[in-house]
Amino acid sequence: MARNDLITGNVWEQYSNKVIERMNSPKFLGEFSEEDAKKRDAKLVVADFGSEACGDAVRLYWLVDTKTDKIIDARFKSFGCGTAIASSDMMTELTLGKTVDEAMKITNLDVEKALRDKPDTPAFPPQKMHCSVMAYDVIIEAGAKYKGVDANQIKNSEIVCECARVTRKEIEDIIKEHNVKTVEELQQYTDAGTYCKSCVKPGGHEERSVYLVDIIEETNKKIKQGEILSKIVTNVFDDMTLLNKIKSIEKVLKEKVSYILEADGGSVELMDVKEVEDNEVEVLIEYKGACSTCNAAVLTLYMIEETLKKELETDKIRVVQI
Amino acid sequence: MDVYLDNNSTTKIDPIIEEKYCHNTKFFGNVNSIYEKGSQTRRLLEKAYDLIYPALGAEDEDDIIITSSTTEGNNAVIKTFLYNYLNGSGKKHIITTIAEHSSIKAPCAFAKTFGMEVTYLYTDENGRIDIQELENSIRGDTALISVLFASNESGAIQPIKEISKIAKKHKIPFHCDGAQAIGKQRINLKELGVDYFTFSAHKFHGPKGIGGLYIKKGAPFVNLIHGGNQMGGKRGGSIYTNGIAAMAEAIKLANENLDYMHYNISKLRDKLEEAILEIPDTKSYVDKKYRLPNTVVASFRGIEGESMLWDLNVNGIYAATGSSCSSERLEGSEVLESLGEDPEIAHTGIIFSLSRFSKEQEIDYVIDKLPLIVKRLRDISMTYAKTKP
Repeated sequence: MARNDLITGNVWEQYSNKVIERMNSPKFLGEFSEEDAKKRDAKLVVADFGSEACGDAVRLYWLVDTKTDKIIDARFKSFGCGTAIASSDMMTELTLGKTVDEAMKITNLDVEKALRDKPDTPAFPPQKMHCSVMAYDVIIEAGAKYKGVDANQIKNSEIVCECARVTRKEIEDIIKEHNVKTVEELQQYTDAGTYCKSCVKPGGHEERSVYLVDIIEETNKKIKQGEILSKIVTNVFDDMTLLNKIKSIEKVLKEKVSYILEADGGSVELMDVKEVEDNEVEVLIEYKGACSTCNAAVLTLYMIEETLKKELETDKIRVVQI
Repeated sequence: MDVYLDNNSTTKIDPIIEEKYCHNTKFFGNVNSIYEKGSQTRRLLEKAYDLIYPALGAEDEDDIIITSSTTEGNNAVIKTFLYNYLNGSGKKHIITTIAEHSSIKAPCAFAKTFGMEVTYLYTDENGRIDIQELENSIRGDTALISVLFASNESGAIQPIKEISKIAKKHKIPFHCDGAQAIGKQRINLKELGVDYFTFSAHKFHGPKGIGGLYIKKGAPFVNLIHGGNQMGGKRGGSIYTNGIAAMAEAIKLANENLDYMHYNISKLRDKLEEAILEIPDTKSYVDKKYRLPNTVVASFRGIEGESMLWDLNVNGIYAATGSSCSSERLEGSEVLESLGEDPEIAHTGIIFSLSRFSKEQEIDYVIDKLPLIVKRLRDISMTYAKTKP
């Protein structure tokens, strides 16, 4: 990337021929009135997205057959740059002939792909990708209007990168799977934040509610907390903290050992638990009552150790009498 | 037809200068050497300085250090005061304006990371700062006042002499970024009363990669570039000799053509401006008496700036939406917003800047094409749609 960064890229030179053609002569430019809709026995849907104050805006006109929900004709008007106008034109074409539900599945990525000359060469440079995003947004607005619902409920609010349409969950999964610590590492696995870069960190082209840098930081914090938590709640004896090992041993002694000894009038008391080398645990016990004078005490000691090993599913326990 | 109207960004080399520039590349000897080859180059430089000092009204006791660009000069000035602050001068405050080029704003932002403080003065609907506000901003620890001569974007000319007076009264060094000055106004540095003045040759039909930094006698200066004893030890690096000779010639020619700029070119500019204003829903900005004679800033309601540049380009007309240095971000709207325009209109601003090489038939061509371009783009625009949601 370094060499390519040294000379500022000319965005226009990176436009596909299709983008240029549609900027110079858009095919679906125009508008419909209520009379047009009446003549064609269709419902008129007019939806806006963006604003001139922000520098980009698009208005989409649909004539929808209410019996089949099919978009029988479509036009657009746009305030924006070449990419915005070409994207709006292609988006309008893509909705044509589809049902409203089908149209609402079209995203800016579909629009960008349709504008490519060659399948592997982007239709416009990355920093222009955000100009195509409103093509997706305006379809959702129009669809919501037709259905009489709130557009905000339909939109995937979990989308963090609108250009590449990547959700927060997808980003978090990548961070967890690949132990990602930086945005550069993240972008080895996803296109998130590689287009207009607004979602990378504050101060970009558009202000966002959440940024990739925050998600990386928060997810790593969660991973770390999760590691500590999992040690505490783990069922694997060898991975437990010493405190939890002691608790587990006490529990086994109380529930699986004490009643056997009590039957012979004896008992056992846990005096100490020590971690020795090789993650092994030394359990120090003292016999009470009949046990303290019993000849079979060694056998009992062996029984206790085996019970602990079996119950706690480990061979890293050695029981010692004091 | 090719019509270049982005001369506030950069200009074409004057053919006379181009010829001399090529001729002078012959003189390659090191100026510091004592043999004849060095003397030839030295004579070239001496001749250049003989042109530059009187053309800018500088005194022999002042320095005009040759730099690579206005940007380099601006950096050298701001960083002089940064170094002094870091060395315990106690002066941590810089006063400048929102109209400045990034070559002032970026070094100021850099200085802030070391604890310096920067006041950015706002401009009015004519793109000019308020002198009273400037004086009110002065503090006991103000190190420098830096105000540009004129904006490449709005074309607004600042009241430099008045600012000089205030700076002198408060004994604060005053720097003027003069990138847009030479060739558009007669510059007499002594009369202007500035302590520093920076410029680039490519803004007035000289080559790119050469500029100057004027330092008034006694004004603080710390090297930006350390090296040999070139430029009296104030800027190291082998001297771009034929560049300097070309710049000197460019300053001379710029001054000789000032009347032509103020009468003929400004008349052409007025013709273009009037034609633009005949198109409905257009507006021009900054009162002519405060504006560079070559500049028109206009808005075309309903037409986003970049799409306007696109159609102009298709027709062989080259104009600008904002500073070309930030074109990757494509935020031309800040220019008109700083002149008090509504956000809906701010994205429709276009800057046309003429040069002394602009021809009447070129302007007539633009005047012919503009209404057609505006019509096509307004047909696309939702601002002019009949059916609204």
